[in-house]
Amino acid sequence: MAVAVTNKITKTMLRKFILLALISLNLSSQAAVLPEDRADIMYHRYEGGGVTIDGPSLLIRKDFASTVSVSANYYVDSVSSASIDVETSGASRYSEERTEYSLTADYLYDKAILSAGYTNSEENDYQADTYYFGVSQDFFGDLTTITLGYSRGDDTVMQNGNDLFKDQLDRQNYRFGISQIATANLIVNVNYEVVTEEGYLNNPYRSYRYIDPTNPNNTISETEIYPATRTSDAVSLGARYFLPYRAALSGNYRYFSDDWDIKAQTFTLGYTHPIGNDWILDFTYRFYQQDNAFFYSDLHDFQSVDSKDFRARDKELSEFSNQTFGIGVSYQFQLGNSEIFDKSSINLQYDFIQFDYDNFRDIRNSSTPGDEPLYSFDANVLRLFFSIWY
Amino acid sequence: MKKLPLLTLGLLSSSLLLSGCSFDPIKIEPWVQPYERQNMADPIMSANRDPVASSYLHHVYQAREGAKGAEGGGGGGCGCN
Repeated sequence: MAVAVTNKITKTMLRKFILLALISLNLSSQAAVLPEDRADIMYHRYEGGGVTIDGPSLLIRKDFASTVSVSANYYVDSVSSASIDVETSGASRYSEERTEYSLTADYLYDKAILSAGYTNSEENDYQADTYYFGVSQDFFGDLTTITLGYSRGDDTVMQNGNDLFKDQLDRQNYRFGISQIATANLIVNVNYEVVTEEGYLNNPYRSYRYIDPTNPNNTISETEIYPATRTSDAVSLGARYFLPYRAALSGNYRYFSDDWDIKAQTFTLGYTHPIGNDWILDFTYRFYQQDNAFFYSDLHDFQSVDSKDFRARDKELSEFSNQTFGIGVSYQFQLGNSEIFDKSSINLQYDFIQFDYDNFRDIRNSSTPGDEPLYSFDANVLRLFFSIWY
Repeated sequence: MKKLPLLTLGLLSSSLLLSGCSFDPIKIEPWVQPYERQNMADPIMSANRDPVASSYLHHVYQAREGAKGAEGGGGGGCGCN
């Protein structure tokens, strides 16, 4: 029943989306511009909560005859994890690798940009294929840009150590965005996105705990039970302002809600400050807060009775907040022959993130169930990349 | 009846097309001229100056937060155990 309802909603939304895309293409406009030709090579590193993930990312973009721009991305996550979830499940530190390939094409057609893309992500227990289509158009004297996007993902979920387990997840994203030049120094934008997911939404390695009916001082763990569908809406409002002394101030607010009763808010503030012609400094602050899913509890009272009696103790579904403090330095210089390379830059960006959980407890040090300390951790995120324009 | 909002949107779009993106009787013209947009063209005004770096940070948040969407980008796997 739930599957049929979701399919109906999906089909209705797809019809509306195609109609909106056609209407958008009909609007008279000024010429759009393809993205710049550039190549980036990046080393990224995330360290926090017993997890270290690092690896390279290589992104290359090139246009052909000024009508088609093609980009390719190669990305690797090398994971070494002894997170609280791994430790409390009784497993030991594990290592794995995720490799991702993306290919996108942007086509300048009748003053609009049509985009299509494909991404493949592979790890030993998860495979994801994502197809993307989008259209973007400038109009009203180039002051307004409308963007529409649709992506569909087919994922296969597996479990290491359990060859019999294999399940599917279907993802669909619908995006709509408007950006508007409001004054010579201010640009504002609104984005809206609906995500529908259907299939195996659990993490097969996670479990929930409930009070042992025979001994209240003891708990029993079982594999989590999630709903098979999830639909969410997110809307964001952003603005970027050019300050009189050549610097930029930006702000963004996002509100998210889904049918699992998760409501989340994100505030982001940014300040970009160039020094001379070669240096750019970036400062960011981000605050995120979410409520828990209706079937989340750190300590459930009873065992689930059937597949509709949902249970989760996944900290990503708990009530929590995080804060990010970020700083970035970019240095632009001329590399080699200026007839081949327009410019190049080297960039270092560092973010410090503090996670504070409001109803997820750290049960590594055994205590009376429900009285353990609340969990929190800090993460350090590093991005070092070299870019070249040609 | 359900098709009415889309029909209205279609008619509104067509009227915009026919009128050259102007409204009558009050005509609205683009109020920031092309020669006034040098600040908008400055790279520091780009919302996504370095796509390779911003898509990575989206991934960092998506793997650890319940919320997602309305921030641009494609999709992919998780790597979040």
